[in-house]
Amino acid sequence: MHNSSRRGFMGKAFGAVAGIGAVGSLVAMKKSWDPLPSVKAAGFTTLDMTIYPEGELVTEKWRGKPIFVLKKTAEMIASQTESQKARDVVVGDSHFMIAIGLCTHLGCIPGYNPAEKSFLCACHGGMFNWAGEVTKVPPPRAFDIPPFKIEGNNMILGEVGPEFQAMKDSGITL
Amino acid sequence: MKNKEPLILVIVIAFALLTYWLVEPFAHSQMHKHVEGKNFAYADLPALTKVGNAANGKELTMGAAGCTGCHSIIKEGAPAGMDPVTAAQSYGVNPPDLGEAGVLYDAKFLAELIKNPAHALKVEHKFDAAKGQMHPMVAFYGAGGDIDQEVADMVAYLQSIAVKKDELTPKMAYENACGRCHEMRYEKWTQIGTKPSFKFEKDLLAFDIQVLEYQNALTAYMGKLPPDLSMYIRSRSEHFLSTFIENPQAHLAGTAMPRVGITADTAHKVIEHMANSGDTKRDERASIGTNVMWYILVFAIFAFLWKRSVWRDLH
Amino acid sequence: MAHFTKATSVKDWLNQRLAIEKVEKVMASEYWIPKNINFLWAMGMVLAITFALLLVSGIFLLMYYQPHVDLAFDSVNFTIMREVDFGWLWRHVHGVAASVVFLVIYIHMFTGIYYGSYKKGREMIWISGMLLFVTFSAEAFSGYMLPWGQMSYWAGMVITNIFSLGDLHLNGLVEWIRGDYVPAQAFLSRFFMLHVLLLPLAIMGLIGLHFAALRIPHVNNQDGEEIDFDAESKKYLAGDKAGSKVMRFANDFMSKDLMVVGIFLIFFFYLVFYNYGFALDPVNFDPADMLKTPAHIYPEWYFLWSYEILRPFSVNIGLMAFGFAQVIFVLLPWLDRSPNAVPASRRGAFKVWFWLLLIDMIVLTAMGKLPPEGIFSTIGLVAALAFIVLWVALPFITMNEKKV
Repeated sequence: MHNSSRRGFMGKAFGAVAGIGAVGSLVAMKKSWDPLPSVKAAGFTTLDMTIYPEGELVTEKWRGKPIFVLKKTAEMIASQTESQKARDVVVGDSHFMIAIGLCTHLGCIPGYNPAEKSFLCACHGGMFNWAGEVTKVPPPRAFDIPPFKIEGNNMILGEVGPEFQAMKDSGITL
Repeated sequence: MKNKEPLILVIVIAFALLTYWLVEPFAHSQMHKHVEGKNFAYADLPALTKVGNAANGKELTMGAAGCTGCHSIIKEGAPAGMDPVTAAQSYGVNPPDLGEAGVLYDAKFLAELIKNPAHALKVEHKFDAAKGQMHPMVAFYGAGGDIDQEVADMVAYLQSIAVKKDELTPKMAYENACGRCHEMRYEKWTQIGTKPSFKFEKDLLAFDIQVLEYQNALTAYMGKLPPDLSMYIRSRSEHFLSTFIENPQAHLAGTAMPRVGITADTAHKVIEHMANSGDTKRDERASIGTNVMWYILVFAIFAFLWKRSVWRDLH
Repeated sequence: MAHFTKATSVKDWLNQRLAIEKVEKVMASEYWIPKNINFLWAMGMVLAITFALLLVSGIFLLMYYQPHVDLAFDSVNFTIMREVDFGWLWRHVHGVAASVVFLVIYIHMFTGIYYGSYKKGREMIWISGMLLFVTFSAEAFSGYMLPWGQMSYWAGMVITNIFSLGDLHLNGLVEWIRGDYVPAQAFLSRFFMLHVLLLPLAIMGLIGLHFAALRIPHVNNQDGEEIDFDAESKKYLAGDKAGSKVMRFANDFMSKDLMVVGIFLIFFFYLVFYNYGFALDPVNFDPADMLKTPAHIYPEWYFLWSYEILRPFSVNIGLMAFGFAQVIFVLLPWLDRSPNAVPASRRGAFKVWFWLLLIDMIVLTAMGKLPPEGIFSTIGLVAALAFIVLWVALPFITMNEKKV
């Protein structure tokens, strides 16, 4: 009896040691699936904010996603509501609508209608205005704003600056 | 019954080791010429007999000796006369900036290089003055005084402006001593400098064309394009790299690669930079290796204990 | 239709549908193994573990490898070696395991030859094993192409040229194999497919056949003893574990298998971390250059003996000798005319034959790597001739062997 219990114990002990090895190799396997350093390093895009024409939508690219950049005209700025103003990104004297150009419903790219200065998502009919707010459901919230940091006339997408942090803290963007 | 397992194990190991020895150490000793390093002593070059004066050296370097006609010394305010591509098209290879020459190169080598470039570089088989084949670097024939003193002064000047030995990084060593001929793609290094990241493809293509123009000139000058060294730490042994850098002719008689005349310290750093390109995970490999070896030892011990407990009833 | 009752437990539920208890008995607890065997009988498990290591490391390499002539080299040496976390580990494990697996295969094979384990109903074990050797060889060769270094390219060039079959000049066949005039994109893509799909499938199927072939004749033993497995297993099950000549595969023999695996893995991981150069040839860290052949080209060590049989002769004879070397091992059960399935040590002339063959193959291996000059090419020629003579002589020296 003593013998067989010892055998059972040794079998379990060996199984535990082998299990530790298996878990260790799983850690290595998990890490092999992580995004590569080159992917992470490419996650920062610098935009020169002086080049954008007023009242025209320009699409930039950041982390493989479209970024809508719209430099607001004087009338737009004058007509903004408080909540629209809160979404403004100000660089120097210029006011911008900066947003990840993906519908917050399921991630399609909404088309821009320059005449009406509004966005229509063809997938499920969601609409946004030029400030990025939802004007027609299903999108659950306004366009998301990418993390940004302002350095002089440049904007670095991917880094978190105080202006972005404030927007995030007040719940304007996710 | 006698347990034959130890004998069988010895036989298996003996045959495996014999085969290994034959196909690895022995075969490689027969395939490759063995070249012994000489510790970068450059014993064939004459020692400096004079003590140099850096101030005089500066005047000579910037003036009478005409060095800055082709070489830049950016840190001393002497700019390059041409961009790298035009320089390569004029001379075959872009003449190096001399800012760190004093720390990179052996003093005897520098002195000989100034007086007789083809001899110092061991490329006299390519550049025979008697046949009118002039080395693109013009030899210094003296500025009117004692030539040995003048050369010593210039060497002293170059040493005085270079960074200290321990401030020379592996990257600096590589880029200065090797980087004008050898690309290193994995470190984004081209013969005309580090490749920037471009937003527009047009700028990228324009840069690539510059590199190609440079490489064409270099290929014409060297006979073939010197190889990219990104993976050389794995494709050549460290011993080979070290002895090849010390004297390329010893391995490959007639090669167009010049002896570059770097010090043992610089060579060590150049090789370290190659490891930083082609073997970046070597420290991780060593530390994980230790942990895995300990683990597998414990695994084997527990497997043995389990076997012993299972087999107790079988005999 | 079978009758199903309400299950009393998960095990019972599965048992009614999959007969797991029966399967467990057949595969493990009542799969009977003779007691008089030594650690050489654990090589099968060592091979299974090594194959598992190849499979797992291969899966991770496959996630980042790019089978394109412009990208392959960098995807291996930059992406996998520098970028992917633990990518270097998968590559070193894969490369070293691919080399070591052949060492174990050769030990396994020579164990079979020494103990006569290809005779008396065990012919299918031998044949399926030799088919595994051939598919593993093809797997190793196709994998060797993938990093697209200098050795990959020139090995691809030389080995595919063998299929022109000398004076038959079957250049059309060579081009068909390559899909191009030289090894290029089509060649790399199809060898990638062979390496990651077709050959692994074939190997897994053959491993199943190899195990199945073992089930009826049972494994051999180190004394050439004929064991009555039915009687001995009854004795074991009746409680006389010590008196029975057999033991269970699991846990009895498996515990020893895993002990040997543990010791093997110490050796294996030492190679992976500290001595991997023999398996990852330095020359293959130079990118493929179709205008420059490396100064020395040679196959990986496990192909050297057959390469050396090809090399010392003129092209046609060399190819015939090479073809002879490829098929002759498969015929061993019929070339050995002796009625004895006992260890070589008790078989007189066969014992001499065995050791001569082993030494001759080691000599061929060594000469296959050395430059074919001077004394080395003479030794190579003699060893190649000796290999042929040994096999031709085998039926004659075993014909008159006395029954022991």
